[in-house]
Amino acid sequence: MIDFLQIVIYGIVLGSIIALGAIGVSLIFGILRFAHFAHGDLMTLGAYFALAGVAGMSLPMFAAFGLALGATALVAVGIDRALYSRLQQVSPIILLISSVGVALMLRSLIQMIWGPDNEIYQSGISMPWTFAGLRIQPTQVMIVGGAAGLMLLLHLFLQHTRFGKAMRAMSDNPDLARLSGINTQRVVILTWIIAGVLAAAAGIFLGMDTRLHPIMGWKLLLPVFAAAIFGGIGKPYGAVAGALVIGLAQEMSTLILPAAYKPAVAFALMVIILVWRPTGIFGGKVL
Amino acid sequence: MELSGLFSYFVFFLSMVSVYAVLVLGLNIQWGYNGQLNIGVAAFFAVGAYTTAIVTGPASDNYLGGFGLPFLVGLILAMVVAGLLALLVGLITVNLRSDYLAIATIGIAEIVRLVLKNEGWLTNGVRGISSIPGPFDGLSGITEGMAYLVTLLVFVAGVYWICERLFRSPWARVLRAIRANEDAVRAAGKNVLLFRLEAFVLGSMFMGLGGALYAHFVGFVSPGAFDPMFATFVVWVMLIAGGSGNNRGALLGALVIWAVWTLSSSMIDALADIGLLPDQLATQASALRIFLIGLLLEIILLTRREGLLPERPPKAIDRAD
Amino acid sequence: MTLLKAEELYGGYGGGDILNGVSLRVDAGEVVVIVGPNGAGKSTAMKALFGLVNVRSGRVTFRDEEITRLSPDRIVGRGVCYVPQEANVFPSLTVLENLEMGAFIRRDDYSAQIERVFELFPPLKEKRSQAAGTLSGGQRQMVAIGRALMLDPKVLLLDEPTAGLSPKFIDLIFERIQEINATGVSILMVEQNARHALSLADRGYVLVLGANRYEDTGPNLLANREVAEMFLGG
Repeated sequence: MIDFLQIVIYGIVLGSIIALGAIGVSLIFGILRFAHFAHGDLMTLGAYFALAGVAGMSLPMFAAFGLALGATALVAVGIDRALYSRLQQVSPIILLISSVGVALMLRSLIQMIWGPDNEIYQSGISMPWTFAGLRIQPTQVMIVGGAAGLMLLLHLFLQHTRFGKAMRAMSDNPDLARLSGINTQRVVILTWIIAGVLAAAAGIFLGMDTRLHPIMGWKLLLPVFAAAIFGGIGKPYGAVAGALVIGLAQEMSTLILPAAYKPAVAFALMVIILVWRPTGIFGGKVL
Repeated sequence: MELSGLFSYFVFFLSMVSVYAVLVLGLNIQWGYNGQLNIGVAAFFAVGAYTTAIVTGPASDNYLGGFGLPFLVGLILAMVVAGLLALLVGLITVNLRSDYLAIATIGIAEIVRLVLKNEGWLTNGVRGISSIPGPFDGLSGITEGMAYLVTLLVFVAGVYWICERLFRSPWARVLRAIRANEDAVRAAGKNVLLFRLEAFVLGSMFMGLGGALYAHFVGFVSPGAFDPMFATFVVWVMLIAGGSGNNRGALLGALVIWAVWTLSSSMIDALADIGLLPDQLATQASALRIFLIGLLLEIILLTRREGLLPERPPKAIDRAD
Repeated sequence: MTLLKAEELYGGYGGGDILNGVSLRVDAGEVVVIVGPNGAGKSTAMKALFGLVNVRSGRVTFRDEEITRLSPDRIVGRGVCYVPQEANVFPSLTVLENLEMGAFIRRDDYSAQIERVFELFPPLKEKRSQAAGTLSGGQRQMVAIGRALMLDPKVLLLDEPTAGLSPKFIDLIFERIQEINATGVSILMVEQNARHALSLADRGYVLVLGANRYEDTGPNLLANREVAEMFLGG
């Protein structure tokens, strides 16, 4: 039983990380109507920006993380201005291909700057807390708490601010948003800022949970998309639920499958959803 | 470099171009004819390579092998297995928009990579399978290389011929129509899903063939040889650079991009030698090359989306009806 | 005084022209109706006024200023609002949020305008916190018109506002359109219920093949035998 609960904890931690990525993918799809394949590598970039802050500039953890969120958002907006916004009129499929190119460019750039080896934020092993036989790492609490905090902020933004509502409106009906006088370009930029911040947070948390590596984000792309599809593409709240399901399923699969096949579990769940209910469990859009 | 060295390098270069040409022609059937986003080219490539490695390779105590089947049978089985895998993926995603195919093929590529790495009884794991026989193993050095290059060129010509015949056929006309306006084709009573599935499976079979030809060329396969992103990505850049939908463009793209890829390596070495490249970049030369290829793709997408040789649908039969 | 004016518009959505020299005019305080057979380019003509069509030649002016190639979000700012025929609400947003989106470019306090919309369409007040996608067709049309009223427009463009509604709602919507007009908003609408619409119109246009065929007052068009036989179903 304790073992099982321990796995549940791992699942929630992983699910929180996946959720931050999946929300971004879902928002981008809602607003720009394309599957952003560079999202995993955007996460990696955020993680390495934080590393640069911690190790390179010797900043305190929180300052480095804050800086990394901002820098990643800036890069996301920059990529949109330089590439995606120019290809937007062409077709979502061309955007997708372009994002695959961006994914590779980001990854190779990271490898050129920081090298191909594993990195960590802090050396030394922190002592886990123990509750009734359950071991919980301080970092795990920080990850889940941080992810929950960011999601709450996003929720408040989407529900209670003018531009948050405009984002939801544009996701619902981009033409009507334009007819209503909503500045859609600004909404797009805002979407990239939010997606960039969340992706960076996901990358940092992943780096805290495991290690930093140039393909860490790419490896999370499949679970992230699985979660977004599971929750219904274009539905950020569904993405959170989907992420928890995927995270838990991946960790629990280790009870019966070799751990190496964790990504396959995300894929299997995604296939089941695609076959059974392509709009996701909460009835989002079909791509 | 002495002359013979240059010549054998040239043979090697053209052999690699030929392998890629088969892959690019396969992708062209999927993307160029029908607009399907297969981001898992590496999966079909690897499955083809491993299939022929297992069925033609030497016996081993560690993994499956020792069937000793001939070269051609290996190629055919490689196509069959790649085709079956494609059928499976296609059946799941065929009635969904192409984005789902992209995600599903990424998933398949990842799973294929995991299987290759972890199922040692089948694939010998990370150590890979070596001593894959070539059809001309009896010949010596450069003669063998040339004989195999000729074989490769024959296959490229064959695949190209099939692709061109198909391109002018009513079948490909329907595929292009689906790409342009799926609903209209459905309204005309065609089974859109079946056409799509056929294109996906056929394209993937050619990718499997490419993988098999590669395996017999280098004689060794391992999971590391099929970095899922790179193998897929470079084939995409070749097709888009050459001209999606144009088979000649596919061939030209394979040649040009492989040349760029090869040259970029020499140029990076040269720059590093004369000290123009920071050490850090010089040690990460492969990452720099991938970055440059990515940049090239974006530039093509922004400035010349139709590629070097744009698609030219055969006109005579494209009447409105 | 002429507010909105289109002169000799030619254009379409890429491909061939749908508009072949259509001219329209909306004066202050008027209700103007566009009728015509299917495929006459009625909706396209209206969209052209709102920057949603590639206008190849001709010009659109609002209060004598050219707006031909302005984007819709700029035209909205001038006081011309448009209600599309379909997909004219944000389904996952609440009724209130739909109205707020209509007022997106307003930075002043628009709560009075929301109250005016609720007075005009009382059912919306009850359902203010409900997602617009869950409403009936008639109520959705109210949300759509209400959203367009949030900017207090000078001209309201309505594309088949009664399409697909039950007779009860058709009467109600026409009634409300007259009320809106009475507050000083000029109305231009495309309508399938041509008789009903023309009966309350100051002027009407009959379009055929993207060009003007008849232009007259509403009553005169209704009285015109040729128009009645050909376009109003006898």
